[in-house]
Amino acid sequence: MSFKRLWAVLKARNLEFFRDRSAFGWNFLFPFLLVAGFGIIFGGKTYTEYKVGVFPFEAEQVSIEALDIPAGFKKMNYLKFIGFPNAAQGLEKLTHHRIDFLLKIGDGTHQYWVSDASPKGYVVELMFKASLFPPETKPNAEKKEIQGSPIRYIDWLFPGILAMNMMFSALWGVGYVVVRYRKNGVLKRLKVTPLTAFEYITAQAISRIFLLMFTLIIVWTGCDLIFSFDVQGSYLDLFIIFFLGSLSLTALGLVLASRGTSEEFTTGILNFISWPMMFLSEVWFSLEGAPEWVKASNKIFPLTHMLTAARKVMHDGAGLLDVGSQIIVLVLMTLGFLTLAAALFSWNK
Amino acid sequence: METILEVKNLEKKYGKLVAVDGISFALQQGVCFGLLGPNGAGKTTTIEIIEDVVPPTAGEIFYKGKPRSPSFREEVGIQFQSTALLNFLTVRETLETFKSFFTRTTPIEELVKLCRLGEFLNRYNDKMSGGQRQRFLLALALINQPQLLFLDEPSTGLDPQARRNLWELIQGIKAKGKTIILTTHYMEEAQFLCDEVAIMDCGKIIAQGTPAELIRQYGRGITVVIPRQRFAPATDRFPLPVREVKDTIQIRTDDVNQCLTQLITHGINLSDITVRSPNLETVFLNLTGRQLRE
Repeated sequence: MSFKRLWAVLKARNLEFFRDRSAFGWNFLFPFLLVAGFGIIFGGKTYTEYKVGVFPFEAEQVSIEALDIPAGFKKMNYLKFIGFPNAAQGLEKLTHHRIDFLLKIGDGTHQYWVSDASPKGYVVELMFKASLFPPETKPNAEKKEIQGSPIRYIDWLFPGILAMNMMFSALWGVGYVVVRYRKNGVLKRLKVTPLTAFEYITAQAISRIFLLMFTLIIVWTGCDLIFSFDVQGSYLDLFIIFFLGSLSLTALGLVLASRGTSEEFTTGILNFISWPMMFLSEVWFSLEGAPEWVKASNKIFPLTHMLTAARKVMHDGAGLLDVGSQIIVLVLMTLGFLTLAAALFSWNK
Repeated sequence: METILEVKNLEKKYGKLVAVDGISFALQQGVCFGLLGPNGAGKTTTIEIIEDVVPPTAGEIFYKGKPRSPSFREEVGIQFQSTALLNFLTVRETLETFKSFFTRTTPIEELVKLCRLGEFLNRYNDKMSGGQRQRFLLALALINQPQLLFLDEPSTGLDPQARRNLWELIQGIKAKGKTIILTTHYMEEAQFLCDEVAIMDCGKIIAQGTPAELIRQYGRGITVVIPRQRFAPATDRFPLPVREVKDTIQIRTDDVNQCLTQLITHGINLSDITVRSPNLETVFLNLTGRQLRE
């Protein structure tokens, strides 16, 4: 292996990335916009909001005090009231799941509508019925406090968004780019030089990992200035986990890059892999309560292991030893993907 | 002279299609060897097999008397028919990148001077004219001081002036003693640049020799060209065989005097007449009954 040749390809690839202003800028902007967007939407809240339609009511924005509804229902948390001038408009929204519950006000009849297909509607119905009972009739129950500080949704979501961005960047930035180079003949031109396939794919991998980690640091720093993320564990451990994750994702990108000649087909394959990986790796929501086979299936994705380890370090203060199983899986996946990519790689169409 | 390259019974099949059909030739050091033929004749496949881009179905290739080794890539320069390059790199940066791949290299300033790259050296490599691009690709092919240079249709798509400039450039490279294999479907190009030509058709070499030898052997007949509007009689009533090519009538004859007499007898105005000596186009026509660019 020649380091001079490897360095030349690495330098050329990095220049290409940094000079492509639009792609370069978007790489930083996209995760930042996602985090900022969610920050604004949730405003630090971590709960689900239930939407209750009330009619007849002329204004859409409803003042709770002005409503003629049971006092207990007014005091309940997590409810948002939306006014409708008549039942028809409210029912139209209810059937389309734009609201969870519809209540008639003003005549004291407590008539309500709820969709049997709506889990949230079912919860609001129970809340509404409970609010009709006087407090003294309710059975005793003791509320206990959770130990430690609660995790904000934005803190839970942030590593997921960063990891997702890394996944897309690794798969598309390596897989798609190399396939495009194979299709337009750049790889063919490189093949007739002394550059070896190993040198070429190693340079691609190093370049992408460098860019992923560089992006990670910039986006983390930028978002942290705004949202002040709470990291319980070590930043170094977190960096190591993201580094190992980017290694395995880039190696997976190299597998996808090893043979393809059609950009359209490669796009399909990339979507086929990246979308299930994004949804099943708990980037956006937890799979707690999902069927066992769904929870088991997400173990095939490197993103799952990176994210599980990163969240343990960030939220639970775990060290590298605590996430040893995830680290081992990431290393094994990297080795497996690299071996496969090297075996399959072809310069030609 | 020493044989630098020898190709024996080379064959390439894609399913039932035979792209290269058992061709053999040998190349002496310092010559410019042309593979001349129409599109689809198998020229590009042949040189891509020799370049080790495409594997052959059968046949042997010897470079300096031995099968090609990994060092073959260090010693040959290649210009493909069409090549994309790494994006967002300038011409200079691309040259420097490719220079890093090789052990023995040509100084970049020397290539800039030889291939006249100075005016666009700092431009991105996808922002140049066709002629500039071909000169740049030629410079890339020369970056490792190659002993054997492959040029696949180097002047395709260029305007006549740019083509002539490129030919002069290639002649300069020839003068430095480099061995060149070029493919072309321009007979003028082959005639101007090549010391030896192999004419290919349907995957086979149908004739081989110096341009002068080929013309002497297969290029009998002089072509008389008359604009169609000047040619009054119906083509089937004219006593000599005629051929319609675009907006001209072409008559091939061994006796120009007799041909001109017949034309005058038939009252044809000779003001716009052209009389062509035989060339490689004539050779191809005589061998295949078709024109090179049909």
